[in-house]
Amino acid sequence: MQDKLKNILLEANQVLSGASNLEELNDIRVRFLGKKGLLTVVLRGMGALPAEERPVVGQLANEVRSSIEEVLERRTVEIKETLRRVQLEAEKIDVTLPGTVFMRGHRHPLSVIQEEIEDIFLGMGYTIEEGPEIETDFYNFEALNLPKDHPARDMQDSFFINPEVLLRTHTSPVQVRTMERTAPGLPVRIIAPGRVYRRDDDATHSPMFNQVEGLVVDRRVTFADLKGTLQVFVEKMFGQTTKTRFRSSFFPFTEPSAEVDISCVMCGGQGCRVCSHSGWLEILGCGMVHPRVLEVSGYNPEEVTGFAFGMGVERITMLKYGIDDLRLLFDNDLRFLAQF
Amino acid sequence: MRVSFNWLKEYVDIDVSPAALAESLTLAGLAVEGMEEPGKEIEKVFTGKIIKIDTHPNADKLVICQVSLGGEEQTQIVTGATNVREGQVVPVAVVGAKLAGGLTIKKAKLRGVESRGMLCSGAELGMDPDILPEEQQHGIMILSADTPVGVDVKPLLGLDDIIMELELTPNRGDCMSMLGVAREVAALLQKPLKMPAVQLSEIPPELQDRVRVDIDDADLCRRYVARLLKNVKIGPSPAWMQQRLRAAGVRPISNVVDVTNYVMLEMGQPMHAFDYDKLQDGHIIVRRAASGETIISLDKAERKLVSDMLVIADPGGPVAVAGVMGGLESEVMEDTTAVLLESAYFKPISVRRTSRDLGLRSESSSRFEKGIDITGCLRAADRAAALLQDMGAADTVDLVVDNYPEPAVEKTVLLRPDRVNQYLDTDLTTAEISKLLTRLHFKVQEDHNGLLVHIPGYRPDISIEVDLIEEVARLYGYKNVKNTLPTGVITQGSRTVAQRLALKVKDFLARSGFKEVITYSFMNNRVFDRVGLPKEHRYRNAVQLQNPLSEEQAVMRTLLFPGLLEVLQRNSNRRLKDGAVFELGRVFYPRAGEILPKEVPMLAAAVTGFTPGSWNTQPVSMDFYYLKGCLDTLLAYVGIKDVSYRPATDIFGSHPGRTAKVLAGDVELGVIGELHPDVQESYDLTQRVVAMELNFHRLIQVASTSKKYHPLPKYPGVERDLAIVVRQDIPSQQIIDKIYQHGGDILRDVQVFDIYRGAQFASDQHSMAFALKFQAVDRTLTDEEVAYKTDAIMEALQRDFGAILRQ
Repeated sequence: MQDKLKNILLEANQVLSGASNLEELNDIRVRFLGKKGLLTVVLRGMGALPAEERPVVGQLANEVRSSIEEVLERRTVEIKETLRRVQLEAEKIDVTLPGTVFMRGHRHPLSVIQEEIEDIFLGMGYTIEEGPEIETDFYNFEALNLPKDHPARDMQDSFFINPEVLLRTHTSPVQVRTMERTAPGLPVRIIAPGRVYRRDDDATHSPMFNQVEGLVVDRRVTFADLKGTLQVFVEKMFGQTTKTRFRSSFFPFTEPSAEVDISCVMCGGQGCRVCSHSGWLEILGCGMVHPRVLEVSGYNPEEVTGFAFGMGVERITMLKYGIDDLRLLFDNDLRFLAQF
Repeated sequence: MRVSFNWLKEYVDIDVSPAALAESLTLAGLAVEGMEEPGKEIEKVFTGKIIKIDTHPNADKLVICQVSLGGEEQTQIVTGATNVREGQVVPVAVVGAKLAGGLTIKKAKLRGVESRGMLCSGAELGMDPDILPEEQQHGIMILSADTPVGVDVKPLLGLDDIIMELELTPNRGDCMSMLGVAREVAALLQKPLKMPAVQLSEIPPELQDRVRVDIDDADLCRRYVARLLKNVKIGPSPAWMQQRLRAAGVRPISNVVDVTNYVMLEMGQPMHAFDYDKLQDGHIIVRRAASGETIISLDKAERKLVSDMLVIADPGGPVAVAGVMGGLESEVMEDTTAVLLESAYFKPISVRRTSRDLGLRSESSSRFEKGIDITGCLRAADRAAALLQDMGAADTVDLVVDNYPEPAVEKTVLLRPDRVNQYLDTDLTTAEISKLLTRLHFKVQEDHNGLLVHIPGYRPDISIEVDLIEEVARLYGYKNVKNTLPTGVITQGSRTVAQRLALKVKDFLARSGFKEVITYSFMNNRVFDRVGLPKEHRYRNAVQLQNPLSEEQAVMRTLLFPGLLEVLQRNSNRRLKDGAVFELGRVFYPRAGEILPKEVPMLAAAVTGFTPGSWNTQPVSMDFYYLKGCLDTLLAYVGIKDVSYRPATDIFGSHPGRTAKVLAGDVELGVIGELHPDVQESYDLTQRVVAMELNFHRLIQVASTSKKYHPLPKYPGVERDLAIVVRQDIPSQQIIDKIYQHGGDILRDVQVFDIYRGAQFASDQHSMAFALKFQAVDRTLTDEEVAYKTDAIMEALQRDFGAILRQ
């Protein structure tokens, strides 16, 4: 009987090492350890053994069983590993093939930059105001200290609807509309983005373009505040290393007035074609709100001061992205738009 | 304004480089837009006297000149010029000379005769022929006979000069003069200003000399100075004056005309010279034109005058358009012997209107319309007379009329030093402020309220305190003002709900494969025909531009989608056939009885062709259902519920069978539909286009940003498929509504998962398969419950639509 058991073990080890898949292993389990398996059959014959042999044979039988089970378990793991390895090898793909195409869209670059500008000023506590694109002469000119026949009107050649109504030439009328509404409330901190129109159409002028206007009115607003605010804007928009230069200028609705140049983003101020070899790029106009504008809008210029600025979104967009042709912005070529 | 550096140096000692000066001026508000060195390239060109001219033995069109360059030797130069004569002084480029355009002069043989240099024309010296005197415009430049021989022509012709091109702001009319610019330069460099001396020696008038000035319309002419000059000898002006005029871009003409231009350039006072003998009785009448009057202006054009234009007339009629241009009839000619000089102040608005209405802008009008120095009229007239007298071109008669009905009162403006510091956040003392203003030649008096500043006549742009604060800031230097941030109450910077929503929608569409476009807000009237808009449709009532640049931009848009079609067309022409685009922008509707039109934000989108395919991706046709799917998702994203689509067969420009109105509850949001084939053809589009246009204002009103949590289901749901055969013309929406209606509150979702047409059905029928999902919040549903509902649904579909269950 002991020999029988040893033979069973020997045979089991032999077939187990030859098994190559899980089904075979299962068959082996049934054949040796199953209810009608070889080991079970042998153990059933234990009753016929003398009493003193029973413990010895019993122990041996248990050893054989656990030995078979152990090998069976090891072989199972081995075969599973092999199978998984084979499977993984068979499932290899070319991971360099392009992925599934998702149709991604694009915001217009002007719209992206406008949002960036808005976000910078929202972060400084400004709200966004809007106004009509078709304006009265009063809001577009008169209230901004630009009476009829003022030579400065030449700076802004206008599209007229009738003698009193025109396409707004700048976003500045929103200043007046806002102040009329808020006066005498303080502080006023707004930006006003939007489309504006001037009668110009050539390589560097579009009859329609976009501006962002800014206005701050409060009790102690200074020219230094204007400088500091725009310095923050320029650094956020164009980077910390960008230099800013304020030049004296003239706008009828601000005084003192300034134009702001930044060090050329193309050449870093060394001078190149983009900055006409000056090292500087003009990006916006600004100034302290003219007392007459405050007055017309319902504020007492002896009590409050304010600053205002206006920038062209096209200009900033072109500088940010290195776009060298204004017309691309309104051509809407899908290949152009796909770049932003 | 062109500013000659050499000329400027006559008024100020400039001890900085032209580049440094240009930067100072630019920062102070006189932007230097360009610097020009007219003679930059010119080297080794001297004045030479032509001693002898011989014919060329081998060429008819060449001559051989022996030229003296001042020394003993003569230089032989062969030229083809026809205007050279013996005895003339001309510019001579010697061997090794460099000329404009990079030309270098070498020793040469022309048809066998040696030539050691070249006689030069103005153009060869880099001079613009348009601003050369007429006699120097063609051929070799003949210099005046008294020009010294053998000297470098560069200083002689102003070719060693640097010209700054100033871009002046409209408030700085005073800087449209050399003295005005010099005053700024002197202030910036803290140097004295050297004013030109005016010394006149007048001859007594004779009995018949008469000058009379009547100002009939003093509202338009506040001062008129007339000065008589006699014994006039018309001829060229001296070389130095011609050189300065050229530097300023003005063509020398004759001594009298040149002097009037010179004084205008120097002092900013436009002047006019009348031929005195052509004026009736020396009688000037400043009056509004009578309607119907005409004048032939100096440029030989007949000008029709209207009654709000100011003219200078004599008793016989207009002799000049005041401040704009003189008349041809009284023009100074070669035989003129007496001249009446005009130096006046005309009202800026009047000159501006007149010049605009006549379409005639002149150096004179551009100065008058910005306001000149009314206090300087007489001085300018004297300056001109003195110049003519000094050059021996005329005698000044002691006969000057200065008609100045209401002499200007000197303006004083109070400047409070505290206010300056408050504006600029500076700590300037009263003395410092006063000093800055004094540098600009403002007279400053201290009084108990602050500084009383006397405004000179040449600064009409300064009338209130803040004007002076700007002057202080400019001179103090903007760069010296601190950089701070506003203080005070903290304000919250945030977008409004509508602004956030607009951004959200743009981002959603961009992430869903659409490209945002920005098209012009104006369009061509013809677009209405192109998109098939009926003749009387309200959208044809568009806001018209009075002065459009072209027909393409003649009216303000009332529709957005035609702009998108143009974008698709343009891209299609570039072989970009597939596309999905959108725009969020305003349309404009005129409103009866309102001054301003109504501006409505609209959202439009258009798709055409297919989505991109790939080795593992089938392209998807961007058809009606594609765009509708995007719209459904978008509307759900912005919290719009109760969306429905109502078939619309009569929308202009749209396919009658493939168009729907989009509704949110009762609110009509807009239209979605396939383009009518006619419209597609009119835009030369080869693929079908589906477009939508929604009223964004209404969309905002029905959108909702609030979200509410619904508990997740605790009990399993039951899914049932229902396939029916039904008439094709019954809109699926009606069937789905009916299913919901009879599914009760345990019916959670209905999806159409198959539509099938086939021979087994009648030709007007098709099969529709729906996936129904039932679920209760409080229990596990039983089969009986669900079967009861599906039976009820089927019964209703059968009863109301004649649907039968598909076996």
